[in-house]
Amino acid sequence: MTVPAIELKGISKAFGPVQANKDISLSVAKGAIHGIVGENGAGKSTLMSILYGFYKADAGEIWINGKKTSIPDSQAAIRAGIGMVHQHFKLVENFTVVENVILGAEDGAMLRPSISKARKVLLDLEHEYGLEVNPDAIIEDLSVGHQQRVEILKQLYREADILILDEPTGVLTPSEADQLFRILGRLKEEGKTIILITHKLREIMDITDTVSVMRRGEMTATVKTAETSPAEIAELMVGRKVLLQVDKTPANPGEVVLDVQNLRVVDPAGVERVKGISFQIRAGEILGIAGVAGNGQTELLEVLGGMIPAQGGTVKLHGEEIDITGSASDGQSRRQRGIGHVPEDRQVEGLIMPYEAWENVAFGYHHDPKYQSGPLMNNAAIKADCADKMERYDVRPPNPRLPARNFSGGNQQKIVVAREMDRMPELLLIGQPTRGVDIGAIEFIHKQIIALRDAGKAVLLVSVELDEIMGLSDRIAVMFDGVISGERLPSETNEGDLGLLMAGVNEAKGAA
Amino acid sequence: MDFMTILQLSDSSLRLATPLLLACLAGLFSERAGIFDIGLEGKMLAAAFFSAAFAFTTQNVWIGLSVGIIASVTLSLLHGLASITFRGNQLISGVAINFLASGMTVVIAQTWFSQGGRTPALSGPARFEEFVLPGASSRIRDIAQQDPLGQVYSELLSGHSILVYIALLIVPLTWWILYRTRFGLRLRAVGENPAAVDTAGISVVWLRFAAVMICGVLCGLAGAYLATGLSAGFVREMSAGRGFIALAALIFAKWRPWEALGACLLFGFLDAVGNRFQNIELLTFLNLVFLFVVLVGAIMLVLRAIAIARGKGKTRALTGPAIALGVGLLFSIGLPMLDPDGGLSATLNNIVLPVQFMQALPYILTVVILAGFVGRAIPPRAGGEPYVKER
Repeated sequence: MTVPAIELKGISKAFGPVQANKDISLSVAKGAIHGIVGENGAGKSTLMSILYGFYKADAGEIWINGKKTSIPDSQAAIRAGIGMVHQHFKLVENFTVVENVILGAEDGAMLRPSISKARKVLLDLEHEYGLEVNPDAIIEDLSVGHQQRVEILKQLYREADILILDEPTGVLTPSEADQLFRILGRLKEEGKTIILITHKLREIMDITDTVSVMRRGEMTATVKTAETSPAEIAELMVGRKVLLQVDKTPANPGEVVLDVQNLRVVDPAGVERVKGISFQIRAGEILGIAGVAGNGQTELLEVLGGMIPAQGGTVKLHGEEIDITGSASDGQSRRQRGIGHVPEDRQVEGLIMPYEAWENVAFGYHHDPKYQSGPLMNNAAIKADCADKMERYDVRPPNPRLPARNFSGGNQQKIVVAREMDRMPELLLIGQPTRGVDIGAIEFIHKQIIALRDAGKAVLLVSVELDEIMGLSDRIAVMFDGVISGERLPSETNEGDLGLLMAGVNEAKGAA
Repeated sequence: MDFMTILQLSDSSLRLATPLLLACLAGLFSERAGIFDIGLEGKMLAAAFFSAAFAFTTQNVWIGLSVGIIASVTLSLLHGLASITFRGNQLISGVAINFLASGMTVVIAQTWFSQGGRTPALSGPARFEEFVLPGASSRIRDIAQQDPLGQVYSELLSGHSILVYIALLIVPLTWWILYRTRFGLRLRAVGENPAAVDTAGISVVWLRFAAVMICGVLCGLAGAYLATGLSAGFVREMSAGRGFIALAALIFAKWRPWEALGACLLFGFLDAVGNRFQNIELLTFLNLVFLFVVLVGAIMLVLRAIAIARGKGKTRALTGPAIALGVGLLFSIGLPMLDPDGGLSATLNNIVLPVQFMQALPYILTVVILAGFVGRAIPPRAGGEPYVKER
């Protein structure tokens, strides 16, 4: 038997009273793609941070290529040939690609020779692995997919043999994700060892050779991918049976709730983001808007939610016009008229991270009479209400006094969802409801959305996850370049068809 | 206004811009590394006092300078300790340093010299002498006899303290360090995204401390120049808000070294005008303003033209400076023509701007700049944020 590329023996790590990793052992063969799955907070990231020298394990040993290795810091990890591609890229946004690549791996005190050498090496690497990207491009001008390539190139430039990718597809479009997997396949052929951390089961099934499941700091199983099934892995992750398919009855649409006509949005830079789109949503119906990020969906949500003004068009709620031109277009008046909004970026728009959960639960609804006590806020009532919501929406830990940033992504999202959905809004705007959320929470949030629909409310769902769009929507509209490039019923379409629409190609139209 | 007046104005602009320039570059190093520093003022003040005190006691200005730098670096390390090691609020730490320096200098000066919180006047070896370049005259009468080129050489270029020349040399040096060395790349990176630096296996803490120490050294030079070059001794609060003006200049310069030189010269010029013209007639003032606009326009035009010649700029960028140059020339030449009988000039000459207005000019400009009238200035993105490793 050959020596494994990585062998972890009995790794333990505690943060205060929280045991993040408990006696974890893992062995990854050379040239394999090994998946690590687990819910948020299961300890995947901690384990990888230990491997990359960000944390020191309390106990345990790391063996790299059959040699016991101590990794006190990132420098040591790099020397041991370990490279890490973080979920949130560690790139300097206003530097060029080549500057980012050489940062920390310069050849001497002077920059110019390092840069010209790196440019050559980079072009070779790009060619070898199919990672084309212009070495002199500025990072912030690149798409997310290309930025990720830069991260991978950075590791290859440092001659990493073991690549750890933390949630690499969380920010990618389906086609970018496919490209990434092709690149990973190529890297594997060249003998690189890859550890893929994810909670997307499809990716695990598609690309990995072996998979380990973590739950609550423990490694619960390591299996060959070919010998398992998504359902089995999901069960190992969550500790109970999970519904991977959204369970819902056919829609029963009523009257028109939201009527959008010729909506135009021009951003401050003068670029037209939404180019005159029209659609309707009926009561008891979920309209899913699919599309690659940046094709106007965000602006659409923000206009409807009252965060930015529109430059043209009309929006009617139950036949009554809503002001979208600016001055009165605030979220407050929207909420009073029964529009709930779960924004795309919960950490920036949905929550105030340093504020406690109960304060976050009141935001936007702080004029609610039940939160008032004369001229003052009735904090006790808000806290009680928050505790009640936390229980019903299964927010863990159910502590209203905890700052929002101390909750995991899924639980943060549940706080926002509880705030916006518990009042049974006539229209719910919900953007990327399950981005960075673990399987258990996804199931829960999906159930809530369906329940709202079944209660006869209208839902506008914007998501880049096709699975989610297909599973939840009663109708699907695809946005491309600020227009709706096509509309489909979920029963009449598939990922390939939607993928083409997302690229602006409407096959149905072309055939007609 | 004759040529000699303009030369003398430029000359004192340069001298008055020097402490601003040193402080501005000090701030540049610190802020480019992501540590905001409003304690430039305090560090300058401390350096001014300690350099003057030790220069007087030892009668050696170089010892004074060294002690001044040590004092400033000590305060820098204090700022680093608070904001890098203990991840405190950088603004509060800076304010504290300003208060500390403001009180400490006067108290120590009083107990040491008993002259009401000042040091005795410095002279001879305790002061930075004027440095006369080879072949230059130093007496006004001799200079007045020379041809214009000789006048520029003797009056404007020659006869400054050595620290003025050092400050001017530090500008290209800073540019070179920032954009041509490994240290510069890392320094800029740590101010933009410390996580990128950390994952690349470089110590964020060390880099930021290095930047803060460079900041201390430059502030030390600035303070020492104030007390031992520009003036002859320390008086209380002698930095007079220069640390804050330097910060405004830094923002104006968008955290770039050559632009910092330009911004500091602008502030120096206003300071010089305020010093020279006590009660100034509106006409003279307008003439000065237009003269300045012409100068700035011409310099910008040349710089941008060079950039375009090197293939690094757009032709559109020439429009702004060209318009400024045109308007300036139009007014400075056209004003007398529009006004053949001198009536308007006489009216304008009757309006006298008070000395207070002139002295307030640099501060007014600071407020204008900080209010954001100079276009978008994007600070280093990680500026002001202590770096905490994320889980």
